[in-house]
This record gives sequence, structure tokens and C-alpha cells, in this order.
Amino acid sequence: MYAYIIRRLIATIPIMAIVAVFVFMLLHLSPGDPAAIIAGDFATEEQILKIREQLGLNDPLYVQFGGWLLNLLHGDMGQSIYSGLPVTKLIGQRLEPTLMLTLCTMLIAITLAIPLGVIAAWKVGTWIDRAVMTLAVFGFSVPVFVIGYLLILGGSRKLGWFPVQGYTSILESVPGFLSHIILPALTLGAVYMALIARMTRATMLDVLNEDYVRTAYAKGLATRKVLIKHALKNAMVPISTTIGLGVALLIGGVVVTESVFAIPGLGRLTVDAVLRTDYPVIQGVILVFSFTYVLLNLLIDLSYVLFDPRIRY
Amino acid sequence: MPITAFANVLKKSARHAVLSAPIAVAGLMGATAPVSAESVLKIVPHADLRNVDPIWTTAYITRNHGYLVFDTLFALDENLEVQPQMAAGHDVSEDGLTYTITLRDGLTFHDGSPVTAEDVVASIKRWGARDGMGQKLMRVTASLEAADDKTVVLTLSESYGLVLQSLGKISSNVPFIMPKRLAETDPNKQVEEIIGSGPFKFVADEWQPGNQVVYEKFDEYVPREEPASYAAGGKVANVDRVEWRYIPDAATASQALLAGEVDYYEQPAVDLLPMIQSDPSIKVETVDPLGTQGVVRFNFKYPPFDNKKARQAALWAVQQADYMYSIMGDPAYFEEFCGAYFMCGGPYETDIGSEPLREKDVEKAKALLAESGYDGREVLILDPTDIPVAHGQALVTAQALREIGMNVKLVAMDWATMTSRRAVREAPENGGWNIFPTWWLAADQLNPVTNISVAASGENAWFGWPENQKIEDLRNAFAKETDAAKQMEIIEELQAELYDFVPYIPTGQYYQPTAFRDNVKGVLEAPVPFFWNISVE
Repeated sequence: MYAYIIRRLIATIPIMAIVAVFVFMLLHLSPGDPAAIIAGDFATEEQILKIREQLGLNDPLYVQFGGWLLNLLHGDMGQSIYSGLPVTKLIGQRLEPTLMLTLCTMLIAITLAIPLGVIAAWKVGTWIDRAVMTLAVFGFSVPVFVIGYLLILGGSRKLGWFPVQGYTSILESVPGFLSHIILPALTLGAVYMALIARMTRATMLDVLNEDYVRTAYAKGLATRKVLIKHALKNAMVPISTTIGLGVALLIGGVVVTESVFAIPGLGRLTVDAVLRTDYPVIQGVILVFSFTYVLLNLLIDLSYVLFDPRIRY
Repeated sequence: MPITAFANVLKKSARHAVLSAPIAVAGLMGATAPVSAESVLKIVPHADLRNVDPIWTTAYITRNHGYLVFDTLFALDENLEVQPQMAAGHDVSEDGLTYTITLRDGLTFHDGSPVTAEDVVASIKRWGARDGMGQKLMRVTASLEAADDKTVVLTLSESYGLVLQSLGKISSNVPFIMPKRLAETDPNKQVEEIIGSGPFKFVADEWQPGNQVVYEKFDEYVPREEPASYAAGGKVANVDRVEWRYIPDAATASQALLAGEVDYYEQPAVDLLPMIQSDPSIKVETVDPLGTQGVVRFNFKYPPFDNKKARQAALWAVQQADYMYSIMGDPAYFEEFCGAYFMCGGPYETDIGSEPLREKDVEKAKALLAESGYDGREVLILDPTDIPVAHGQALVTAQALREIGMNVKLVAMDWATMTSRRAVREAPENGGWNIFPTWWLAADQLNPVTNISVAASGENAWFGWPENQKIEDLRNAFAKETDAAKQMEIIEELQAELYDFVPYIPTGQYYQPTAFRDNVKGVLEAPVPFFWNISVE
């Protein structure tokens, strides 16, 4: 298994290289000139040219790419064109909120969605199944920002239980952290929950029709044991794949959720950088996202071993 | 900076965790955290502060930041007159060519060093290399020197009527004074440190682009004794800390204000105002009495708008009310009509020549368009859909031009793309353009020198590159004239020529409301949001 992990980790290198080339070319070939934005309305052509020179944007693309790649190999992602702050520092400042938001969302979503999916499969065709599926369709169809606004209206403005916006680090204050993270995590979790609940239900329905489930019932096992030990465990491989793939969905949702709740995370950093064509920041953040995604998929693949002993790496 | 920066942030967080763990535990156990006696003003600014050097960029948000941190030699007051600010006073020689400016006592930078005349000279020179009005001043400057620690001597090579107006310029780029060691930075590079001598200090460690900016009261700042008036007078810091909290989503920012999480919301969206106003503890005021001018700019290099008749046709085809309703919606926040190129309510207000804009006349517009020889070619209007003020103007212009028979194509894009596309000098079909919409604060449009959208120096002019020698001569005559009455005569002649030449369509004058909670006292009425004089109860 260790050999497999090492092989997979080595395989991330070409993946990251392809991502790096793709992101770099896409950004530099798309319209938008940061020098023109920085120079402002009063600037002459000459001033814009000078700023382009200062930023190294006049060099041929391969020179710019080479320089960036070389710095990257030294752990230097460059500096933001606008603030002049190192990209690593900007990402460092923003990592915790996004990480915590994603983790809390996954935690809430998985702990709620899997039992709901199991119950829906167990009670298939009943009003419980229909209620769960209606909720899932709702979670899947309503845009993230609408759910966010509804939760702000209810949870913050009407009930006054949670702050409207902002983020408090878990290291600063646990109650402060919890009060700030619950609404965004529920907002972001809605679509994720819907996805997992639907997948759990579908896979469980397949598994519940298997012979070994019938045998388990015939042995006189309690329903709970059959559902959890026999059925769910066998259904977990496709469910964990969905959980892993859903993280991509989550990354997209993070951008909107962080904007609605004014959370200073990586999603907001990305949007702001894209709107200003802040090349080094966009490149840095996308690399971090891609790396996380690749790593997470590796973890998901490894988790299959826990659910299915037939799988060997 | 390498990955160590990232590690440092994490280390800092870990240190913070150790230090704050007892507080967190106490919080969990229901204990009350010690209440700080520090007064904090929490603001939602109109944009995110991405760069902190107000000479390097013209961004209004950086200018507002500059006013907190830096001070100016002279400043504009509410009568639009220039008053001494860091200057104790000044003398002008009889021939009007030598200005001797003396610094007042007690001026100190945030790093503890005293402000000297050398700092002033270096700062003005750096500003003069970047700012349009500064460049004009530098062109007529023979020498700018420090006679001693407290005396600056500016010698002109020819008579110039706008010396004080330039040094007391209220909007971007403002001639802020910084220490010589920083002011000697290449004007095309950002300064590495933000050290000013203004009423607040910039807390660099707490700056998180995209999230927050923090300023602390500078205890050694000595305010002037006069009451605060626009950028002039006593800048008294009445709060210990000013926190800018950038909330990009207008609905969330409004809810944060309603919930009392922030005190002051600089530019609430107009369509959300009824909701904000429903709370009696919130005041909504237009703190900028001068307002903003909408601008629809033509490209003079290519047909059809290289022809004066086509531009005049466009002027007859539109009406300001359409633009203003699309931008602001509520007539409480715009002028019904403003025909002054140099703003209504400003010192150079006149409506000479504005008839075409006042009375929409589609038939006349069609006749003028026919006279221009318009051949039905496609007219490209750049449409930055992410900026409502610009997007609204693009849509209204497109509709009006279609009404008179023009073949209009709206090219949707984001603002960042538009800022580079408008600089393209190629033909519209090769990546150029015919029209783009924008806006200027009145503070920038008040006279023909600062209002760069009337400049008509051809290839050197602002995007669109109009060429008109008469306009340029009148602008220069205005700058050199020192007599106010004669300046007004020049303005009248200039505006008549502008309405004939049509460098751009002034699409109206509107006023951006500001919302703040009723615990916020002392908000100043000014074209720039100033945060001195404000207290939080």
C-alpha cells in the first residue's frame, strides 16, 4: 500500500505541472491588463508601459512562465501585483477560514445526509422517503446565495442567534468560531447534503436487494444491524467516491458562500484576484485548490480499503 | 518571499492560540471577556483596499486611505477655497513666480521623525511625476527646494494660476506628504512602507487585502485649530481605532449595518435603501454635496464618431433623466438636469450651450446623423456589466442610438477587461471600440485642468483621443489666468465649444448616499469620506 501511495503522490507531479501550464496560459492569453487597471484613468500610454515593465509583463510568455516556475520550485509563489504582499502570505491568511468552512460543511453534511439516505432507502416509497427526496431536490436546486440570505434573515436578523457576517478563528474563540461558521456551513452544506443523501439512497436500494441482505434478515438480525453493518458498509464505496467528487462542487460553492457571509477565505481571494487579473494570486490559489483536490481523491481511494477488504493496493 | 511567509502566518496563529486559549476557555464557560475602553469605528468601505500607495494609484479607495494616514500642505475647504493645512502660511513674490511656504510646528511622522521641508519637496516631486495636475505644475516649475527645515520655495518659470489649487487638490492623486526616504521611491513602484503624518496610523500587520484594514489614532498628531471643513481645518481623531471591513455583497453589508455589526456603510446600493431606512436607528445621508458625473465617451479616431455631426446627433438623442433613473432610480439622489461640464454646484457652473442635452429631439438627431454621412456601420459600445453605474449608461446609450437608426452592438465584459480594451487604439473591428461609459467624482471634474475628459490633445488625450486646438488653448489660458472673473469668461467660451465639439456626453449628476448608525456622530459633509471628527457613542 505504501508503494501505491508513493506512486500516487509521484503521479501528482505531472498533474500539477499540467495544471500550472494550463492556468498560466489561460490567464495570460485572456483579456485584461493589470497595468492598465493600476495606472488608472489619468495614465498615459507611457506610464502603462512602465508599469508593465516593472511587473515583468512585457517579457515573452515563456520567460514569464519559466521565472514563475523556478520561483515556485523554491516555494515562492510570487507577489500580488496589487498589494505587493507575498502570495504565500495571502494564502496563509485565508487558508484557515476556508479549511474550517469546508470541514464543518463536510461534517454536517455527512452526519446528516448518510442517515437520511439510509432511512429513505429503508422506507422507500413512503412519505419519509418522499420528504427526504423533496429536501434533497430543494437543496440541489436552490442557489447557494438564496439559502445564505434566507439563513441570514432567519438565523441572524429574526432570531438574533448568529452574526450576519465575518469570521472568528477557532484559535481565538471557540464560541465565536461556532457562531460564525454554522450558517455558512449549512448554506454550503445544502447542495452537498442533497448529493450525498441521493447517492446513499440509490446505492442502498441496490444493496438492499442483494442476496446477502436477505440472508442477514433470515438469520434474524435486527434491522439496524442489517442496514448499518451489512448494507451501508457495502454501499460506502460509491458514497465515498461521491463525497470526494463533491468536494469540487464544494470549492465552487465556497466562493459564493464566502462572499455572502463576508468570510475572508480562499474563495473570496480567488474572485477578487480574477476580477483584477492579479495573475500570481490566481495561479497560487488554483494550484493550492488543485493539489488539495488531488490529495483528497487519494485519501478517498485509500478509504475504500476500510469498506471493502477485497480492494488491495 | 518564499514559503517561510506561509509558515510564519501559521506560527503566528499557533502563538495566538496559546495566548488566547485561556480567553477561549473562559468564553466557553460563560465568563465575560474584559471590555476594552477603546472606541472603534467600523466601516464598510466602497471597495477593497488593494494597494496602499496613494501616489502610485488613482483608486478612490487608496485616496481615502491616504487621507487617514497622510497630511497635505494645503487643503480644500467647503467653500472650495484652498486653505493651509501642514503649511502655517505662504508668501507669493510680487511677480507671482515665487511661492515661499512655511511648515507649521509640531508636525511628526508616524515613525517619530519630524516633518521637514525636504520631505515636502521629495513628496511633491514624486506626486508631480504621476498626477496630471502635478505634471502640469512641474512643467512650469523652475525649481522646488527646501530653504531650511521649515521653508519650501517653489519658483515658477512662467505665471500659473493653479499653484495652490494643485497643492490643495482634494481628489486623486492627492499630493500627500511622506518621509523623504519613501518619497524618493520610483513613482512607478509602490512605496514599501506606509508612514505618514496624518491623524491615524496604518496598522500594516492587520491589513488583509479583501477583508480588513485597520488604523490607530496617532497620539502625536497636532490638529489645526479651525473646525474641520472638507479636507481643511482641524483633523481631530475622536476614535482610537478605525476598522475597514470589506463586505462585497451589498445585501450582507446592509444586514450587518442593521444588526449593528458595523457602524458606517459608505455606499449602500440604492435599491436596498428602503430596507435600511426602515430602521429608525440608521441615518441615510448624501455626505458628498458635489456628487458624481456620468460620462459616455466617444472614440474620435474612427467613424462614425470622428465626425462632429454624429456626436451631436448622439447628444440630441439622449436625455439625462433616462440615465439617472437607470443608475440611481430614486430622484432624491440626482439632479433633474445638469448642463454644466464642470458640475452643478461648483465654482464654474454654467449651462451655456447645453440645449441639445436639455431637449431630446429624435428628428433633429436623425437629421444630424444623416448629415454626418453615417453609413450604417456597426457601433461598438463597451458594456462593463459588473459595474451598475457603467452598465446602466451603456444600455441607455445603446437604446437611444438605435432609436435614431444606428446599428449598435453592446459588447458585454467585466470592468477589468474594459479598462484595457478602452486603451486599444485599433479600429473597433480589430479589438477597439466606439463608445465606453464611466463616471467621475465632481471633485475631479470641477475645472478644465482636473477634468481630463475635456482634454483634446489628440494622441496624448484621455482614451478616445479627441483633438481640438481651441479647447486646449482655452484650458491653458484658464490655468495661467489668476483673475477669477476672467477665468469664468474662459469657462463660458470653453463650454460653448465643448457642446459643439462633444468630447463626451455628461449623462447627469448624482449623489451617492451613505448610511450610518445613530451612534455615529460628527460625520463631515465632503466629497471624500473623511474619518476624523467622527465619534462613536
